[in-house]
Amino acid sequence: MMGSMLEWQSPLLSNAFTALFFCGLFCLWRIMKGPTSADRAVAIDILGILVVGFCAILGIPTGRDWYIDIGIAWALQSFIATLALAKYLEGRNLDE
Amino acid sequence: MNETIGLFFIFVGLVFDFFGCLGLVRLPDVYNRLQAATKCVTLGTCGILFGLFLFKGFTAAGIKAILCILFIVLTAPVSAHALARGAHKSGVKLWEESVCDKYAQDSEHVR
Repeated sequence: MMGSMLEWQSPLLSNAFTALFFCGLFCLWRIMKGPTSADRAVAIDILGILVVGFCAILGIPTGRDWYIDIGIAWALQSFIATLALAKYLEGRNLDE
Repeated sequence: MNETIGLFFIFVGLVFDFFGCLGLVRLPDVYNRLQAATKCVTLGTCGILFGLFLFKGFTAAGIKAILCILFIVLTAPVSAHALARGAHKSGVKLWEESVCDKYAQDSEHVR
């Protein structure tokens, strides 16, 4: 069903999602396992950048251009969330 | 032709993403993990976005991909630096085989 909806130009694109799935799985493992909270913040930052790449690849076989808009918005909110987490790690308030 | 070069860039980006996340799992220390993962994943995602630009050409989606590359290149080092600073100030120890800690020496010198 999905194969008829999507136009795969190449087997690389259909396997790209598998590769990104394993990358996200590594990040989730680090979030689950990480000994300190700084490890978890790093993994969340990396996962945010990975999702941007995921949105970019998803725009090619579906032919819909607004996936890249989702990627830009995700990059913005991931950046702000990481800055807030870094301030929280330092032990300061968010409005200082 | 453009699509072949775009697929090549996407492949290189995926390889960089994968090895960056492998470094996130394998390396022993917060700072090592941050260094490996941020650099590799930033370059990998920029490669994927540049491949998307080669697919789409100079349309709205292609220009947005270039804008997204610029945004990620500007913000990923800033967030990584903030995270490293926050981790150091929250007292995360370095790996026991680390050679030197310049940040601690510098902040000692300032005080």
